[in-house]
Amino acid sequence: MSLSFFNSSHIPSGPLEEKWDKAKFSYKLVNPSNRKKFDILIVGAGLAGASAAASLGEMNYNIKVFVIHDSPRRAHSIAAQGGINSTKNYKNDGDSVKRLFYDTIKGGDFRAREANVYRLAQVSGLIIDHCVAQGIPFARDYGGLLDNRSFGGAQLSRTFYARGQTGQQLLLGAYGALMRQVKRGTVQLFTQHEMLNLIIEKQKAHGAVFRDLITGKLKSFKASAILLATGGYGNAFYLSTNAMNSNVTASWRCHKKGAFFANPSFVQIHPTCIPKSIEGQSKLTLMSESLRNDGRVWTSKIKGDSRPSHQIPESERDYYLERIYPSFGNLVPRDVASRQAKFQVDKGYGVQNKEAVYLDFSDAIKKNGLKNIAEKYGNLFNMYQRITGDDPYKTPMQIYPAVHYTMGGLWVDYNLQSSIQGLFVLGEANFSDHGANRLGASALMQGLADGYFIIPYSLGNFLAQNPDSDFKESLFKQAEEESKENLQNLLSLKGSQTVDQIHKKLGKILWEHVGMIRDKEGLMKAEKKIKTLREEFWKEAFVPGEAFIKNQELEKAGRVADFLELGELMVQDALTREESCGCHFRTEYQTPEKEALRNDKDFSHVSAWEKKSSKENWILHKETLKFENVKLTERNYK
Amino acid sequence: MNFNLKIWRQKSNKVPGSFQSLFVKDISEDMSFLEMLDKINEDLILKKEEPIAFDHDCREGICGTCSLMINGSAHGPQKAITSCQLYMREFQNGSEIYVEPFRAKAFPIIRDLIIDRSAFDRIQQAGGFISVNTGSAPPANTIPVPKEKANQAFSSALCIGCGACVASCKNSSASLFTAARIFHFSKLPQGQAEKTNRVLNMVKQMEKEGFGACSHTGACSVSCPKEISLETISEMHREWRKAFLNKTT
Repeated sequence: MSLSFFNSSHIPSGPLEEKWDKAKFSYKLVNPSNRKKFDILIVGAGLAGASAAASLGEMNYNIKVFVIHDSPRRAHSIAAQGGINSTKNYKNDGDSVKRLFYDTIKGGDFRAREANVYRLAQVSGLIIDHCVAQGIPFARDYGGLLDNRSFGGAQLSRTFYARGQTGQQLLLGAYGALMRQVKRGTVQLFTQHEMLNLIIEKQKAHGAVFRDLITGKLKSFKASAILLATGGYGNAFYLSTNAMNSNVTASWRCHKKGAFFANPSFVQIHPTCIPKSIEGQSKLTLMSESLRNDGRVWTSKIKGDSRPSHQIPESERDYYLERIYPSFGNLVPRDVASRQAKFQVDKGYGVQNKEAVYLDFSDAIKKNGLKNIAEKYGNLFNMYQRITGDDPYKTPMQIYPAVHYTMGGLWVDYNLQSSIQGLFVLGEANFSDHGANRLGASALMQGLADGYFIIPYSLGNFLAQNPDSDFKESLFKQAEEESKENLQNLLSLKGSQTVDQIHKKLGKILWEHVGMIRDKEGLMKAEKKIKTLREEFWKEAFVPGEAFIKNQELEKAGRVADFLELGELMVQDALTREESCGCHFRTEYQTPEKEALRNDKDFSHVSAWEKKSSKENWILHKETLKFENVKLTERNYK
Repeated sequence: MNFNLKIWRQKSNKVPGSFQSLFVKDISEDMSFLEMLDKINEDLILKKEEPIAFDHDCREGICGTCSLMINGSAHGPQKAITSCQLYMREFQNGSEIYVEPFRAKAFPIIRDLIIDRSAFDRIQQAGGFISVNTGSAPPANTIPVPKEKANQAFSSALCIGCGACVASCKNSSASLFTAARIFHFSKLPQGQAEKTNRVLNMVKQMEKEGFGACSHTGACSVSCPKEISLETISEMHREWRKAFLNKTT
C-alpha cells in the first residue's frame, strides 16, 4: 500500500547539489531570545545524542538529556574502532562529495534516499573540522597533518582515525561539549533513566515517561520536541557486537504509539569478529574493518582440512576474496565479505572445521615490519590475544561474521522527523542513510552529521511553526499508568526460565532465519517460532525483585519483551521483500555468481511499518525511492 | 573449574553490606569473569534468589562501566585490562576470590557491586573540554600538530573513566583521572587558550567531590587498564602551579 503520506518525505525539489542549501534557506528560524522557552528532551547521548545536545545547548534551547548509563560517556559509540569517513581528499586520490555519495548509495545496494546520502557527504568535511577543533587526537603524519586509511567499499583513503579507538575519541569530544553545556545550565543531565513511554495526542509528541533506574520511580516530562538517539537493535540476536545494555525499547515504545519502523530486517552482519567459543558466551567482539587494509582473508583449499595454519602451504591457501573480487580484494563491503565467509564455511572450508576463516597479517608484517603493524593495530591485536589466547603477530587471526549494526530503524523524513510530529530520530536509531548495507566508517559520520549539522537547523524549523502547545495533565497520567501496568506485568512473571534463557532462544531463531541468508520457508518457520516464544515469555519467564530499587533483571525483561515483538516484524519485513539487496540475501533471488539479485521494478522502496494497536497487524507503507542522479546497476566489486 | 567466591552484597547505601559466600563449579576457563557472574546470577534466579547487581556494558574494555575489585586489585590481578577482559584461565582452580565494588567516599554504593561515579562527570564539567561551538571551527589542517604531540595527547585521551585509579589509591584520589584530560589538552595547540582555568577548575572540583590528595605512590597508574602514565599527574601539578601564579600575580 502506498500512502500519500510519503509524498511528503520533505525532500526539497531541484538539483541534488542544491537541495540541502534550499532546505536550510526555507527553514523557519527561532529567535535566539525565544529559544529558552522550548523544552527539548534528548534520549540517548552517544555520538548523535551528545552532539545534538551540545549543539542545541550552544543555541540556548532548554534541554534535558536522558541516558540509561551512569554517564553519557558509556554510550556504545565509544566502542567504534576503525574511523570516520570524510570527503577532505587530503590524499589527493580523487575524492569528492559526489564520490562519497556514490560509494555510499552503491554500498547500500541502492536502497537509500539520494538526497539524504548526498547531504551526509556534503557535511562530512565540517565534522572533521569540528572534531579537530575539539582536540580529538586523530592520527597524523610526520608533517603534523591528518592521516587517512582505507575502508571497505572504497578505492581510496578517506577514513580519519585515532588508532583503533576512533569512536571513543569522537564520543569523548561530543561528551566534553555536552558537559560544557551542563555547566552552562542549558542542559540538564538525567543519568540512569530509561524511556518507557511516549506521550502523544493527535499524532504529535508532547512528552515522555522515564523510569529512574536507581529508585525505580516513574517520571514524566513535557516537551516541545523529543529527539531519540538510542542506537540500534542488534541485540535482538542476543549475541552481537553491541554492548549488553543496547536495546530497542525507546524506539519500540514510540513505534507502538504510531511511529513507523522502516526496513527492520536490514541488519549488518560484520565479517571480522572473534568467533563464538563457549556456551555461556555473553557477546561477540568486533575486530575492526581497518584490519582488512593489511590482513588477507583465506581458508584452506582442501575441504575438512584439520591442519593448523602454519602447516598449510601457500599453494593450498585460497585467498577467496582476492580471487572472486580482484579489484576490491579484501576490501569488499561488509555484506559481501560476510556472505563469502559463510559460503566458505558451509562448503566445508572453515578453519579446522569450525565456523571461522583466517585473517592473516604475515605478509603485511614482512612488508612493513612488526612495528608498523603494531602501531596501527596494537590495541586490536592485544584485545584478540586476551580473548582467544592466540598471538596474531605469530598465527593468523580466526574470524567469523557477527551481528553489528542495524540499517533499519524508525522512519524519518528529510528533516529527521518521524511519522509522529515533534518526534525526531537521529543516528543508528533512524533508518536513514545506509540503505541495505552500511559502509565502514560511515556510522560515526552519520551520527555526528545528524547531531552537529542537521538537527540544529531542522528542529528550529519545526519549533518555529509549533510554539509551545497546551498539554494535558491527563495524558501524562494515562501514559504513566500504562508503563506502571507494564512493569507490574513483568514483575508478576514467576515462571521457571530466566529472561536471558528466552532471549538466547530468540537470538538463535533470528540468526538462523533472518541472518546472512534468508528464504521464504525459513522465515515462515521463524514467524511461528517467535510467536510461540513470546507466549512462552509471558508464561514461563521469571523476573525477580521489586520495582522501587535498582533491578537489572526487570530492566532486561522489558527490553527482551520488546525484542520479541520486534523479531516478528523483522521476519515480516524480510518475507515481504522478495528480492535480495545488500545484507538481505534471499536464496530465491541470486545471480548465477551467487550475488544479490535486486528487483528494482517492485522493491525500489523503503518499507515503513505501522502498528495501529497491539491487536491489529502491521500495515506496510512503501516510500518509493527515486534515483535521478545514479544509474541502478548490479553492484559489482569484481 | 571450581571457585569459592566471596561477593559483596548490599541492598542500598542506606543499609550495611556483607560478603556472601558462593561456591561455583563447572566454570569454563574460556569464560570471562563477568560471564561467570552471569552464570551465578542465572543459578540464583532459578533458585528464586536475588541476582548480584554489577555494572557492565561493552564487555570489550572500552566503555569503562565494569568496576570490580577482585582479590583487592582493581579489575583483578592482570595488568592493563578491565574486569570484563579478565578470563577465568588466569585463576587457579579451586581458589578463593573476593569480589567488591570500587570503594571511595566520592563513589557511593548503589547496590551490591554498583557504584555512583557521577563525580567524574562533574569534574569534566569543570573544564574537560575545548570551548568551541558547532560551526565555528577552522578547516582541520590549518592546525598542524606534530605527530609526537598527537601521540602523547592520545596516550592520556585513552582514559575510560572507570575509576580504578581512585579505587586503588590509599587516599582515594582522582588525580590520574583528572590529569589525563588536562594532559591531553595541554599537549595540543587547541588546548592552550583555556589551560589556566581548566586546571584550576578541574582540580578544585576534584577536591570538592571528596577525592583525596595525591601522594605519588603510583598505585593508580599500575591499576589503570589503559596504563595512563604518572607523568600526567606531574604535568597537572606543573600546570596548576603555573596557573595559580598567573592568577595571583
